[in-house]
Amino acid sequence: MKFTLSWLKEHLETTATLDEITDALTRVGLEVEEVEDKAKLLAPFTIAYVVSAIQHPNADRLRVCMVDTGSGEPVQVVCGAPNARTGMKGVFSPAGTYIPGKGITLSVGTIRGVESHGMLCSEAELELSEDHDGIIELPDDAPVGMGYAEYAGLGDPVIDIAITPNRPDCLGIHGVARDLAAAGLGTLKDRSVAPVEGKFPSPVAVHFDFGDTPPLTPAFALRLVRGVKNGPSPEWMQQKLRAIGLRPINALVDITNYLTFDRGRPLHVFDAAKVKGDLTVRRAVSGETLLALDGKTYALDPSICVISDDNGIESLGGIMGGEASGCSDDTVDVLIESALWEPLNIAQTGRKLGINSDARYRFERGVDPAFMLPGLELATRLVQEICGGEASDVVVTGAAPEPHLSLAFPIAEVKRLAGIDPTEDEIRRVLTALGFTVSGAAPVLTVGVPSWRPDVDGKADLVEEVMRILGVDRVPSTPLPKSENVSKPVLTLAQTRTRRAKRALAARGLVEAVTWSFVAKPVAEAFGGGKPELALANPISTDMSDMRPSLLPGLLLASQRNADRGFADLALFEVGQIFRGIKPADQLTSATGIRRNTATVNGAGRHWQGKAPAVSVYDAKADALALLDALGAQVDKFQIVAGAPSWFHPGRSGTIQLGPQNIIGWFGELHPTVLEALDVDGPLVGFEIFLDAIPAPRARPTKTKPPLELVPFQPVTRDFAFVVDRNVEAAKLIRAAQGADKALISGVAVFDVFEGASIGADKKSVAIEVTLRPTQKTLTDEEIDAVSAKIVAQVSKATAGVLRS
Amino acid sequence: MSDLELLERDIRAAIDGASDEAAIETIRVSALGKKGSVSELLKGLGGMTPDERKVMGPALNGLRDRVTEALTARRATLKEAGLAARLASEAVDVTLPLRSSPLEQGRIHPISQVIDEISAIFGDLGFAIAEGPDIETDHYNFTALNFPVGHPAREMHDTFFFNPDEKGERLLLRTHTSPVQMRTMESQKPPIRIIAPGRTYRNDSDQTHTPMFHQVEGLVIDTSSHIGHLKWLLEEFCRAFFEVEKVEMRMRPSFFPFTEPSMEVDIRCKRVGNEVRFGEGDDWLEILGCGMVHPNVIRFAGLDPDVYQGFAFGMGIDRIAMLKYGMPDLRAFFDADQRWLNHYGFRPLDLPTLVGGLSA
Repeated sequence: MKFTLSWLKEHLETTATLDEITDALTRVGLEVEEVEDKAKLLAPFTIAYVVSAIQHPNADRLRVCMVDTGSGEPVQVVCGAPNARTGMKGVFSPAGTYIPGKGITLSVGTIRGVESHGMLCSEAELELSEDHDGIIELPDDAPVGMGYAEYAGLGDPVIDIAITPNRPDCLGIHGVARDLAAAGLGTLKDRSVAPVEGKFPSPVAVHFDFGDTPPLTPAFALRLVRGVKNGPSPEWMQQKLRAIGLRPINALVDITNYLTFDRGRPLHVFDAAKVKGDLTVRRAVSGETLLALDGKTYALDPSICVISDDNGIESLGGIMGGEASGCSDDTVDVLIESALWEPLNIAQTGRKLGINSDARYRFERGVDPAFMLPGLELATRLVQEICGGEASDVVVTGAAPEPHLSLAFPIAEVKRLAGIDPTEDEIRRVLTALGFTVSGAAPVLTVGVPSWRPDVDGKADLVEEVMRILGVDRVPSTPLPKSENVSKPVLTLAQTRTRRAKRALAARGLVEAVTWSFVAKPVAEAFGGGKPELALANPISTDMSDMRPSLLPGLLLASQRNADRGFADLALFEVGQIFRGIKPADQLTSATGIRRNTATVNGAGRHWQGKAPAVSVYDAKADALALLDALGAQVDKFQIVAGAPSWFHPGRSGTIQLGPQNIIGWFGELHPTVLEALDVDGPLVGFEIFLDAIPAPRARPTKTKPPLELVPFQPVTRDFAFVVDRNVEAAKLIRAAQGADKALISGVAVFDVFEGASIGADKKSVAIEVTLRPTQKTLTDEEIDAVSAKIVAQVSKATAGVLRS
Repeated sequence: MSDLELLERDIRAAIDGASDEAAIETIRVSALGKKGSVSELLKGLGGMTPDERKVMGPALNGLRDRVTEALTARRATLKEAGLAARLASEAVDVTLPLRSSPLEQGRIHPISQVIDEISAIFGDLGFAIAEGPDIETDHYNFTALNFPVGHPAREMHDTFFFNPDEKGERLLLRTHTSPVQMRTMESQKPPIRIIAPGRTYRNDSDQTHTPMFHQVEGLVIDTSSHIGHLKWLLEEFCRAFFEVEKVEMRMRPSFFPFTEPSMEVDIRCKRVGNEVRFGEGDDWLEILGCGMVHPNVIRFAGLDPDVYQGFAFGMGIDRIAMLKYGMPDLRAFFDADQRWLNHYGFRPLDLPTLVGGLSA
């Protein structure tokens, strides 16, 4: 909310400087957002007299002006404004002046061959208005040489403060002054209002007609002032309104705007001549419309509270008046409305209609019900002072609520919650200054809450009042007691896994991305999601409509964006939430990575040591298994099964599982159809590991590792090559070889896989190196031969493989 | 010159002239081999008279020893030269650039890094890390946090909602990490010290807002913690997190439905280009909101607000990451631009710890 320093001082007797005031505002919770000190900003701009303005010799639209600035010789200025002419008075800025409206600093320039030593300014250049059609013209009596800001009454600093939604009382300058006075910055002036005696009964009555629905207004006060003379409001009022960014309209309207800011009391004025019959406050009927004062027509419905007369709807209660019954310069009789409205209904109506008026802003936060009548009296006074006229009696329909909340306040609460220990006197002083009534004595005071503080309803609120006025800086910084023991680990298994997964994948050269939690519906569907309950009712865009079932699409789309920027080889990962349903337990943590083009773990692209191959399913598999190993999982216990969900290549993908019921994750080449649907180019491979699916390590009583058993006998290796059917899985062959002598065989490695005409169609040769590790004694040739024969037999039996000769 | 002297001179000349180890071997055989010139002479010793032998014995043995020595010396020289020549021929261009290793290529996103940094600081003070779901109920996100009916945050233009179920209840994407407060208070008994980092969502997208962002919530519930403790904790956190000697903090009274009293916290700083320097300058930068947990919230959790008390705070992880590390634009956090990730990301082994320094 904006106000000027002088306006504030109409409510606050103070000797404080601007800086002291702004510091105090922020300190008590009325955060200063901006202080606009036009006097300072516009100091170099002075009133000047145009001695002569003649046509520029080289430019049709320019004039060369000799300007008397009030000091020394006239200054030559080239001016392009159409209204620049001999004998006028305007606003001059010399070279070296910063022009706020243009963001430039003026210098001496030569314009089409003529030197220019300054500028005659428009309102836009001074940021006074949008008007840049011509330069400012001042009356003949404007004193040459005087500062323009001073002359125009712009010397009043404008303070803009942010008001939190709990403080409607500070949406009027009087309330702000009260807080400052409480904070010790001066004395709050008594601005109470004496009623204006009515000279005649109000010819217009007000009826409430809410049928059997809850009333949307508790009270409505109205009075007529007849025989007014409307027109421009006085300069002091216009200046105030302009200073805070409001456009003066006419005296009657300006008075309502003035009181909205002066007292936080929105009012409305009707031109009585345009109102027919009595006023009825009711819910609108569907289909009714109103042309409001902002020139827009609004379609209304029964959720909206309106004021109507015999002509129909005249006003949106508490939000905005109607054009038809608005006051103009011709208004002679004026109806002044001061009412109370249901805050929630005001907020909903304002949102529904998209109207952000100053009235709505106040009514939805809560206007002081006790000020309904004083507000009307004050308005009446101002109308009479400015426009004359004779006031009727006040008619009040309904009754303004009279909140009399009384709180028991144990003053020890201040120390308990805020950690400060003010004296009872200090507490009394603060609360009293804020308008609370305080009675009783320590340890428990009885505190009455003023009608303008709907936010205060408990002890903690009073603690806040005391603390913020005394100053939060009075709260001593107090160390939080720390455990006397060495800190214990705080991360859960899932949290540790998440962190470690990130480091492990980054250590494999993948780059961590953080992508949106939502994806487009078709994308969700393509990756196993798209359940209706996971679709947002109000997505920000169709690209972000459904909760992601997988991290793959986000990474795949990111890979394409990078490829489009010229970075085709990249490896990305994300560890984050995926959604299988709406329940908390359906939110899983997935560690997912992709590799694109030639971004293998050993590098990408061409290189003198060898070109990197296109990424393959095996790169994804290596990432997945390395990740599982880094997480401490017993990787050799997992089964790798061919095939993965539909978004993978059916023949180049695999699933990592612990039995068919417990899927740990999957890996593979991405399915070309899925990539095409995403408009993403491959080659692309990826993996997904579900961290929650990895079994927790078994709890053990100690951290001791099993003993290391070193055997003194050298291991022996033997090579075998088997020709098997192409579809025989290597894992099966390895398992068979291993099974030949579980005690002796310590490892089976595949060192060659070969397919070719020489071994027959649909066949392949798989060469394995078997390591025998004797534990008792060195093996004899006979023993080695015996094991070898067993290996051949087992593999043949399991795979129908034939030893390659 | 005697025959022996001549012989020795010839052999020495041959040794000196030998150009490789093979030539040396040939000379050795021709001199000292079974039928070598020196060996032959030595064989003749047997047929000599004792007197002749007395003279010739030492002379021939001396010759043999000197030839052996000369051969050995020359062989060593030649071997050394040969090795030097081979090594010279094996030289490679060590300036050839290599592929960078995976450890050099991988990056940790600043959000993950900053969460690790925050966890390190609060973990040391005995705070556990709590979590809650992204898809929340109206109850946990609003009602239990004392948001009044009709609060603007409850409207569609601020919050992402799901479609209502058959009972008319609609879930939402949590708008802050504060629901974790209530979930934690319900699931464990005081004393409670937790932080809850996580994703949060608001229906907002412009220069400085993204529909998804990250927050960290802090909650302390016991029977004695007050604003003085909160102040200390936040000062210590800021000092540790921003890794500066001194942080000047300003607490301003403010308003949140779920805390009372409520405050916003600014820190003094100076902006120099994209750098923010703390503890100097005249700018105040808002970094978090906090306050004493509202009695209604404590009551909602089934605790007596006259017995239990505590404070909560919430701050934007992305925001403090931007402040500390100088990223200018929030939107870039979620764009996965490799150039941005390489530049602002952290190396895999940049593990933030208190013993080693957060960003050391």
